[in-house]
Amino acid sequence: MVDDSTRKTLSCIPLLKTKAGPREKDLWVQRLKEEYQALIQYVQNNKTADNDWFRLESNEQGTRWFGKCWYIHNLLKYEFDVEFDIPVTYPATAPEIALPELDGKTAKMYRGGKICLTDHFKPLWARNVPKFGIAHAMALGLGPWLAVEIPDLIEKGVIQYKEKSDV
Amino acid sequence: MSVEGLKAKIKQLEEELAVQKSINAQNAPAREKIAQMSSEVVDSNPYSRLMALKRMGIVDNYERIRELSVAVVGVGGVGSVTAEMLTRCGIGKLVLFDYDKVELANMNRLFFQPHQAGLSKVAAAAYTLRDINPDVEIETHNYNITTIENFNHFMERIQKGSLSGGPVDLVLSCVDNFEARMAINTACNELNQIWFESGVAENAVSGHIQLIIPGETACFACAPPLVVASNIDEKTLKREGVCAASLPTTMGIVAGFLVQNTLKFLLKFGQTTHYLGYSALTDFFPTMQLKPNPACDDSFCLERQKEFAAKPKPEVVEVSPVVEEVVHEDNEWGISLVDETPADAVEVTQSKPVGLAHGVDVAYELPAAESGSSGPTVQDTDISLEQLMAQMKKI
Ligand SMILES: [Zn+2]
Repeated sequence: MVDDSTRKTLSCIPLLKTKAGPREKDLWVQRLKEEYQALIQYVQNNKTADNDWFRLESNEQGTRWFGKCWYIHNLLKYEFDVEFDIPVTYPATAPEIALPELDGKTAKMYRGGKICLTDHFKPLWARNVPKFGIAHAMALGLGPWLAVEIPDLIEKGVIQYKEKSDV
Repeated sequence: MSVEGLKAKIKQLEEELAVQKSINAQNAPAREKIAQMSSEVVDSNPYSRLMALKRMGIVDNYERIRELSVAVVGVGGVGSVTAEMLTRCGIGKLVLFDYDKVELANMNRLFFQPHQAGLSKVAAAAYTLRDINPDVEIETHNYNITTIENFNHFMERIQKGSLSGGPVDLVLSCVDNFEARMAINTACNELNQIWFESGVAENAVSGHIQLIIPGETACFACAPPLVVASNIDEKTLKREGVCAASLPTTMGIVAGFLVQNTLKFLLKFGQTTHYLGYSALTDFFPTMQLKPNPACDDSFCLERQKEFAAKPKPEVVEVSPVVEEVVHEDNEWGISLVDETPADAVEVTQSKPVGLAHGVDVAYELPAAESGSSGPTVQDTDISLEQLMAQMKKI
């Protein structure tokens, strides 16, 4: 099951209303506004809780998203590029979040660095169409993935700490 | 890369290609194209054993396969083998879609070879398939069908990709993920295109194929994904450390089922299955028929259902396609076919389809009505999208 902290995080992200994908020109703009509202709220929640862990932005059409996520381990910050496309069947299907620089470094990924989600993700997403959006996918998908995989990858020496100017 | 850079790159690739072609010319193509399928039994006729199907009365008009076009979406463990089988059968045209590259990690599956690592799957497949049978026309598209830039083109090729420039005769889904299946489902419901869905479970020990006739049988969105019980307790299934396993056997078997039913459907012989499952651990093969869900989420599915309901049904003197507790004629060892099939087609409801074949279940259940998470919802706002984007960047 989804753990309590994820559940609590999820409950603080506003739900979305508009059921529209990128093929529906006008409604998609409305949906995109809701996506941004929910994301802004979620990032603000994270900052308040001293658990700020990602930034995202999109192209003008809101069909391609990119940004950074990071994970603090033993007081060191490990940062990764995040990217994903909004599938034409969104929001019936969730976006497939990818960390391209980790592609090939862990078995918990599909080709192209798409993260391998838990068995709970898809049923939960399906039950919450169209209320869940990108913010929920981050909280329910990428957040728990980083928490499990990054410490493991660091321990195995697969990823090393890199000095970053913006830390 | 600049335009100049790209031009230089193209030139370099053209040169490499020319070298490769000259090498290939030395091991010249195995044979010339053959204009017409002959049933002459000589060792130089690649079609003699196929045309024998006609002589034996299994298939009425085998040569018709030369006029038919099939789209194969996903050229991985199942799709590549599917394409090879259809090529060897002498299909008229294949339209291949895949965005992936061949990797050494694919070598536990059939078809691709280590020296092809790094090539796009569609290019590598086209090369091998043309070599096996130069009579087959092969069209390739190296892109992800689920993204907005490619989806319309994908639909257009389904609609105009046949040998005669019309819709392909059948679409075969050999993809490995839910998103791509839903994209194919969306396209085929809109285009009223018949297709076969196929899949192998991530634990590699079960699989299925499913015929989807928009409006007439359940579409992929009519119910949550169906899974064949593998008889493994899910709680003991260790997913730690890996996403997916795969076996050449299970994938080959599913590809075989898929192409067998494709041939039956296209050449009109035998009975085409509506759903055929496979559990590798127990050698169990459930079959069933699924009616569309009148509350399906896909509006084009509903439209197709209306059209189908309005269509006069041909009077069929139908031998029930369902095998019911038939005791096999030569039942000397007491073998009987177990009833794995409900007599009536299954009605799919929003939650769980009733009367699914024993051994087949939904991957998860959905609440019947509007429910799911409740909580705060985004507020209506006058702030423009541009302002919201800027706000997000500023945080
Ligand atoms: Zn449907």
